[in-house]
Amino acid sequence: MKQRPSSLPAHGMPLRPLWGRKLQDWAVQGFSVLALTVAVGAMLWILCTIVARGSEALGWGFLTNPSKPYGLPDAGIANALLGTLLVTLCAALIAVPPALCAGIWLAEFGKRSRLADTLRFCANVMMGMPSVIVGLFVYMALVVPMGCFSGFAGSVALAILMFPVVMRTTEDMLAMVPDTLRESGLALGLTRCRVTLQIICRAARNGMVTGVLLSVARVSGETAPLLFTALFADAWPTRFFSGPTANVPVLITEYATNSPFEAMHRAGWGAALVIALLVLAVNLVARILFRERKA
Amino acid sequence: MDTSTPNIKIRARNLSFFYEGGHQALFENNLDIPERQVTAVIGPSGCGKSTHLRTYNRIYSLHRGQRAEGEVLLDGENILDPKTDLLALRRRVGMIFQKPTPFPMSVFDNVAYPLRLHFRLSRREIEERVEAALTGASLWDEVKDQLRRSGLALSGGQQQRLCIARAIAAEPEVLLMDEPTSAIDPVATLKIEDLVLRLRERFTIVIVTHNMQQAARISDRTAFFYKGRIVEVGDTKQIFTAPREKQTEDYITGRFG
Repeated sequence: MKQRPSSLPAHGMPLRPLWGRKLQDWAVQGFSVLALTVAVGAMLWILCTIVARGSEALGWGFLTNPSKPYGLPDAGIANALLGTLLVTLCAALIAVPPALCAGIWLAEFGKRSRLADTLRFCANVMMGMPSVIVGLFVYMALVVPMGCFSGFAGSVALAILMFPVVMRTTEDMLAMVPDTLRESGLALGLTRCRVTLQIICRAARNGMVTGVLLSVARVSGETAPLLFTALFADAWPTRFFSGPTANVPVLITEYATNSPFEAMHRAGWGAALVIALLVLAVNLVARILFRERKA
Repeated sequence: MDTSTPNIKIRARNLSFFYEGGHQALFENNLDIPERQVTAVIGPSGCGKSTHLRTYNRIYSLHRGQRAEGEVLLDGENILDPKTDLLALRRRVGMIFQKPTPFPMSVFDNVAYPLRLHFRLSRREIEERVEAALTGASLWDEVKDQLRRSGLALSGGQQQRLCIARAIAAEPEVLLMDEPTSAIDPVATLKIEDLVLRLRERFTIVIVTHNMQQAARISDRTAFFYKGRIVEVGDTKQIFTAPREKQTEDYITGRFG
């Protein structure tokens, strides 16, 4: 019987070495871990800095007293928190209903029509627009004619930023609902409108809510559009429609850049910690909602 | 099996179908669907079985650019006529899909939905009819203690029977089934086949299936489709034991698929 050389397996074909593929695998894994470290590390770094510097300022009085000019005792950020809440809530009220309707129209009715394509293109452009431009636009369109800065103008600016985000996520969530669900609704003798509102929207509900929450989280930290619109005031936001309205992002900017005093810097860090925690909370709620949908 | 000549419920006449861009999927189909019998539609993938079925309730009209030519006569009335009231048509012709499609609501509400939509009923009557429909779909015993649970929480086979319950709750005259068991495990498939055999006493059933044993087990008549044309139609027994056409024979003996 003829003896095969021991380096050749039974089929007689020489084998390629494995180390090349192993190296490739190792490199890809290594790169992924590196990328993860950079992303998570950056986030942790930011969070740790904010927690370390901001927790000094934190306290009951800080959260319940309004902001005051430097030197006055018992200063806090309560007016800015309330202002941010008002401005963001009002922005959501302005932007969300029409954005949901537009998203539903895009996914269910407009689909591939020219109008729908135009709308999508505009939304994409709007999403890429620097927020400072939106702030300037609202300044020219609302603040100048009204003759005053106002929280409401800030809401309008934030609403412009929210609208395309909510519209596109709504469309995406509805597009994920399989067509057979639409067909089975229609096959039962339902109208298109009933199928859309009572079945398709219900199936996509959590995803749509998640989109709204994420857009709220995103705009609640926006600073540039508020500098031109809501501005800031060391007072409770009582004149939402007719006067400068306190808000956290502008407070942080002001305290960090326009003040030489250490106490103000500390308050700025405290405010940064509070807004970061709020945004984190909204994101967590959104994630939990989205997970339930998938279960 | 009833041997007297049954009434013909649906007649397709010279039915052709075109997808967006003009691609023709059906060529001059002629098919009679007898009342209260099970008609199976078989054929290889892409031969137009589902496309043919989907003209019977005009569900294709959801999609842009799809159109049918010829006639589909439901009790003598051409439902392809643009003047056809689609809501009324679909109340008479129910449909079951390949993947189970429970609505995102409770088991009870899934079945009650078409009842509330189509009929004026008291709460008590709705409850009775939901139970009747679920019993009719052989699902009642499995879900009677969890009527408030989401329909999406049921198993695949249960979901499909829920969809059948929902469809028969609307009291249609015709039930279209588009490969109703192809996404379901074998045990659940047998349950649904038994169910189809019971439902044929009340409804005219047209079932598209990939599974030739299934067609042989549950249908009275079988139509064999190939490349958008109906090659042969006849009693199921004849099609499976003595097909007239060579193509039919090749297909049912597994020589091509």
